[in-house]
Amino acid sequence: MSDTVLPPTLAENAPDSTEKVSPVTQEPANTFELRHVNVFYGDMLAVKDVSMAIPHNQITAFIGPSGCGKSTLLRSLNRMNDLITGARVEGDVLYHGVDMYGPKIDPVQVRTVIGMVFQKPNPFPKSIYDNVAFGPRLQGRKGNLDDVVEKALRGAALWDEVKDRLKDNAYGMSGGQQQRLCIARAIAVEPDVILMDEPCSALDPVSTGRIEDLMVELKETYTIVIVTHNMQQAARVADRTAFFTVLANDETGSRTGVLVEYDITSKIFSKPADERTENYVSGRFG
Amino acid sequence: MADEPDYTSRVAMPRRTRVAVGGAREVTQAMFTEGDRKKKIQGALFASVLLLGLSVALIAIAAMITWAFVAGGPRLNINLFTNVPSVVTPENAGYRTAILGTLYVIGGVILLIVPLGVGAAVYLEQFANPANKFNRFVDLNIQNLAGVPSIVFGILGLAFIVRGPLSLGFVAAAGSLTLALLVLPTVILASREAIRAVPSSIRDGSLALGATVWQAVWRQVLPAALPGILTGVILAVSRAIGEAAPLLLVGAVTFVTFNPSFFEGGYTTLPTMIYSYASRPQEELQTLAAAGVVVMLVILIMINSVAIYLRNRFERTW
Repeated sequence: MSDTVLPPTLAENAPDSTEKVSPVTQEPANTFELRHVNVFYGDMLAVKDVSMAIPHNQITAFIGPSGCGKSTLLRSLNRMNDLITGARVEGDVLYHGVDMYGPKIDPVQVRTVIGMVFQKPNPFPKSIYDNVAFGPRLQGRKGNLDDVVEKALRGAALWDEVKDRLKDNAYGMSGGQQQRLCIARAIAVEPDVILMDEPCSALDPVSTGRIEDLMVELKETYTIVIVTHNMQQAARVADRTAFFTVLANDETGSRTGVLVEYDITSKIFSKPADERTENYVSGRFG
Repeated sequence: MADEPDYTSRVAMPRRTRVAVGGAREVTQAMFTEGDRKKKIQGALFASVLLLGLSVALIAIAAMITWAFVAGGPRLNINLFTNVPSVVTPENAGYRTAILGTLYVIGGVILLIVPLGVGAAVYLEQFANPANKFNRFVDLNIQNLAGVPSIVFGILGLAFIVRGPLSLGFVAAAGSLTLALLVLPTVILASREAIRAVPSSIRDGSLALGATVWQAVWRQVLPAALPGILTGVILAVSRAIGEAAPLLLVGAVTFVTFNPSFFEGGYTTLPTMIYSYASRPQEELQTLAAAGVVVMLVILIMINSVAIYLRNRFERTW
């Protein structure tokens, strides 16, 4: 994705050169760079002090037990957390070197560049065609979107199954097809990044396999960040894996997610540096 | 029982185990076939109480409709719809001006309550912060307003709409505004329920594609909530169309022999007209009042069937 063009709203907000960030024009090596990121829900610290770099055109997986804040962190990457009352992000979330929580950043623009696929397939109660065309239409594209729809459906490996019933309601599809439709819908707006929040947790193994194959194909074009409960899935598809865990504070009863270890996937699964990671990936915990 | 294969013999089980398996089968058999008599009786009793409740409501409605048709029977002809009211020649009097007045008033009510009610519901459900004290206050008051007697709204209409700040005078528009205020809480409450019933994943899905909150609401949430919103509108219109008390205060004078207009001149409506006829002693006028009930039912069914048609068209399950 070397020809990524940043929306003007993002480019304007590049931090001053005093920051140790490579200029946008030189295409920094990482899509995301997180520096000491804390995420709060009200007074509760949900994710604490995460620093990590998410590289281009790779699949990065977030794994860890329930409540470790992996979904929360994922949602802070395209500012979906803004929609939750009281949610707040501290630290720097840099996207191509731009502070995504800068004062002039428009979260709506952020979400057109950083798409998202949710845990449960959530097609709109409309036709397959209208589902895919929804994003481009939001951006003001009018008239015939057949090419856009076909390209997106082909991109999500769904075209051959649905090309004869584009006008049918999306709710008539199987769960796996619905989820691929949601991926098609996300890539129809031509994003740079696709965030996936446990995209296969509601699907059967065959559909899961298809989506995993699709992810590997899609990383040629997009940067993918995936949250998964399924360690085998992370091992199968991810280039890099981040393991998170929960720290429970017995005094206040609060639970805070922390990043334990982040490395190349094979390393995380074969010789993790941290004992907690080893316990988790070997199934002794969580 | 005798033909059944003896599973127990295939595996060399100890005798005690065979006895236990046999016992378990007998107990299970007894449990599944006999059931619990007491529970069955309870269930039947409960169902009949529910059925009784339903039949009381149905019989009451059937009785009223039958009465209206029987009592008004002699006057059920085209004159009833086309002639102007009269107490001098009740055998020829009709409801034309009242029908037109009702259509004007209800038309105005629909035009007012749909945007105002849906707008308020969208704000409260999608934009307002529920932790905010002011929003909680508004919330509570809307629910209370739904229970305020209609005559109070009539007084409000008289003081603020007919006279006072708006000073519209005794016109159909004043009737519309008054009734709209009366039924607005119904529409807001029903629309809020409908909006809340749309899964948040639909909204999140739109936002994740770069929609603004406004676009997500307008293009996804509202179309999905439309059936529920229309149900609220049906309830509200049904109530508004039968209201007489507040309209008496805001000038639905009972004898109008000319076609009304929205912003000037006197007007009358079906309920106020029926009320007027029914409170007079002549038998012909009593018959006319009963026939008026039939007219009102016909108009109500016509208006609601449009809404019901629309609702069924957009109906969907998640």
